[in-house]
Amino acid sequence: MAEVTKLIHKYLRHEKKFPHVWCPGCGNGIVLGALIRAIDRTGFTKDEIVLVSGIGCSGRMPVYVDFNTLHTTHGRALTFATGVKLANPRLQVIVIMGDGDATAIGGNHFIHAARRNLNLTAIIINNNTYGMTGGQYSPTTPYGALSTTSLYGHIEHPFSIAELAVTAGAAWVGRGTVYHATLLDQLIEQAIKKRGFAVVEAISHCHTLYGRTNKLGGPAEMMRRQKELAVRVEKARTMSPEELEGKITIGVLVDRELPIFTQEYQKVREAARGAVGSKR
Amino acid sequence: MAERLEIRLAGSGGQGIILAGVILAEAAGIHEGKYVCQTQSYGPQARGGSAKAEVVISEEEIDYPQASQPEVLLCLSQKACDTYVFDLPPEGLVIVDSGLVPQLPTTKAVGLPFTKIAREQIGREMLANIVALGALAVLTRVVSLKSLEAAVLARVPQGTEALNRKALDAGVQAARRYLKSKPEKT
Amino acid sequence: MVQRAHGPRLTAHGLRDKGQAVLLQGNEAMVEGALAAGCRFFAGYPITPATEISEMMSRRLPALGGTFIQMEDEIASLGAVIGASLAGAKAMTATSGPGFSLMQENLGFACMAEVPCVIVNVMRGGPSTGLPTHVSQGDVQQARWGTHGDHPIIVLAVATTRDCFEVTVQAFNLSEKYRTPVIILSDEVVAHTREKIVLPPPATFEVVDRLRPNMPPEWYIPYEDTPRGVPPMAVFGDGYRYHVTGLVHDVHGFPTERPDEIVPFLNRLHRKISQHFGDIQLVQDYLAADAEVLVIAYGSVARSAKRAVNYARDRGVKAGLSKLITLWPFPRRLLEPHLRRVRAVLVPELNFGQISREVKRINQGQTRVEKLNRLDGNLITPEEILERLVKL
Repeated sequence: MAEVTKLIHKYLRHEKKFPHVWCPGCGNGIVLGALIRAIDRTGFTKDEIVLVSGIGCSGRMPVYVDFNTLHTTHGRALTFATGVKLANPRLQVIVIMGDGDATAIGGNHFIHAARRNLNLTAIIINNNTYGMTGGQYSPTTPYGALSTTSLYGHIEHPFSIAELAVTAGAAWVGRGTVYHATLLDQLIEQAIKKRGFAVVEAISHCHTLYGRTNKLGGPAEMMRRQKELAVRVEKARTMSPEELEGKITIGVLVDRELPIFTQEYQKVREAARGAVGSKR
Repeated sequence: MAERLEIRLAGSGGQGIILAGVILAEAAGIHEGKYVCQTQSYGPQARGGSAKAEVVISEEEIDYPQASQPEVLLCLSQKACDTYVFDLPPEGLVIVDSGLVPQLPTTKAVGLPFTKIAREQIGREMLANIVALGALAVLTRVVSLKSLEAAVLARVPQGTEALNRKALDAGVQAARRYLKSKPEKT
Repeated sequence: MVQRAHGPRLTAHGLRDKGQAVLLQGNEAMVEGALAAGCRFFAGYPITPATEISEMMSRRLPALGGTFIQMEDEIASLGAVIGASLAGAKAMTATSGPGFSLMQENLGFACMAEVPCVIVNVMRGGPSTGLPTHVSQGDVQQARWGTHGDHPIIVLAVATTRDCFEVTVQAFNLSEKYRTPVIILSDEVVAHTREKIVLPPPATFEVVDRLRPNMPPEWYIPYEDTPRGVPPMAVFGDGYRYHVTGLVHDVHGFPTERPDEIVPFLNRLHRKISQHFGDIQLVQDYLAADAEVLVIAYGSVARSAKRAVNYARDRGVKAGLSKLITLWPFPRRLLEPHLRRVRAVLVPELNFGQISREVKRINQGQTRVEKLNRLDGNLITPEEILERLVKL
């Protein structure tokens, strides 16, 4: 049996609702593939993995994979994941979100999860639009772009999700694209292994809505564009801001050792046990 | 004691009104085994707003938890005194901090300088509430001094026990001196 | 040095001495009840007049090996509570009106995915920011219908510090037994009234834990219909890898749009509550058996009502009280016999009449139903109720 087939049989829920909801050519399948390959390499058992999602095209991912899976409300995946992780820190909790999901409706949860530094892995698929609802502008839609709610050109400026995560205090931040599938495998693997809050921004595309509205071509053209715009982080460090304008920096942006919430909370427990019995 | 006794403590936020209510309730409820309910009303201010605490003491289980016609009123501010004094029945007892309530609403009111005592004898103005509690216990006999002291010591921060005991005693002495000077009031 | 009201001293076990009387606020007694029921996870966000629950949980849970976390808002708080429950913890949050509004979204999720959890709403004046430090009962219908979609829910009310302990234990038991969120409606007066209470020793009250699957994982059907209507609940990490979603799902937990799967699922969701009304609905009657006029009240108002009933009896008026513990599902079967018998019913509430309309709905013209409403942020007094009672 080919390696790919083995992974499919091991991790996908055969009896479930295939075919999936995603459009042919969607980047979500590539992210799913990368996620499965990464998990397989980490050696965690399927029982140890909890895959949590929010709402949107990305939110449907957990249903297809044979883990403990949790499809939550829009933007709230990280809050549910926080509860799961705190109630059972032995579980490896991976959260999959979209750009609107994680940074618009879930933006507050996202920055606080980064600041809090629980040992969680957050994967954000950024396709610059709300796909499931029909292509409205999101917090990562570029200035001037067309969407079904910005037919006259978008007048807001986008977030950079990975940089937002860095600033908010995430312990580990990486960015990849669905074109650079091998790198994406590696980034997700590192993120899962990282002790602390780890964020992978996966640049993807929505050719069905965003690509068509903005005349960017089909999936192949849009992925070619990812290849052309991508700059390795090592190389980006040698470039000026002007040269980096419009580029996508890929690789590991930040990797730092920070105190993890659950370890810190263990100290709280010990302090509380010490306080009990004494006269306070 | 009557089947149901209602006591209202009032003043400004920061004077320890609510803590005084809690201590009084614990003295009667925990140390003397009566039924007690302690309620309070407060505004958004942590300091300076008006503060009110009520304690209902009963031999029976308490239904309505608030004071509808308090028999005892302790006021640590003029405003509190002006607001609540006429809620009392004619035989009710009004105790005020004479330093903070210059205008006594009734000649029956007992005025004692709790804050001044706390400042001058204890060296801590913030213990005026404990001084007042000592006096209240002597004037009303709703709880024994033993129970009150136990309740005070169980609630105050560690290391301040001696100071609080002194404050309580100062209040007790002030009230006893008052009763001696006005024997007809007992 | 700040002089402030500390709680009673803790014993070596982190629990107060059992069998010893303590003076507790309603909010504090709720924490005692929750911990006694096995709650080991709490997520919340500061809000008056519920904050003491968070504060006390933050002190008590860590010593018991549990977890307290202050989240970024109330949406996140309930999200974390649901996540913790899915991972096996008995979990609770506590809030007041504005925060309860934010929780409605995830409350619906907990109903849909059948995740046990307890949500305390200490009611204060509303709407909006309203009267943060004053009492109200304005959220009774919101608790029933606040989250979108037709859903069953269990809502319990508390009137005394003792209720705060006992009803919180009951709330956890019901949530575990029926895999449903249970809302406890407290109010500012109950929350902040300190009362003497003797905490019952653990062996003296029932604690229920959710039924977990014991079949091999390949046989487990997470949302299977059962005679009770409540399927066993696997915990994440137990080896039963299943899917949890807020979408309408089939018996395996996977999203479905098939009418033949949607209808049985939604029916079961309602049936698991409706076929256990006898277990869920609680009303405490006081002098109601021979009453000619009946007060139906709940929360702090029930305390005023009890006193008013005593006053009325002193005056020769045969008054009685039905104090509602269960507000939803509305305890129709327990109240109907009274409605058939009494001359008139008075429903005093700190709102414009949210329960009186339910009483009128079930009354169907059998007796006269009058309401007494107060909205100024103060508790209805016994005298106000008495005045109406003697005229009924």
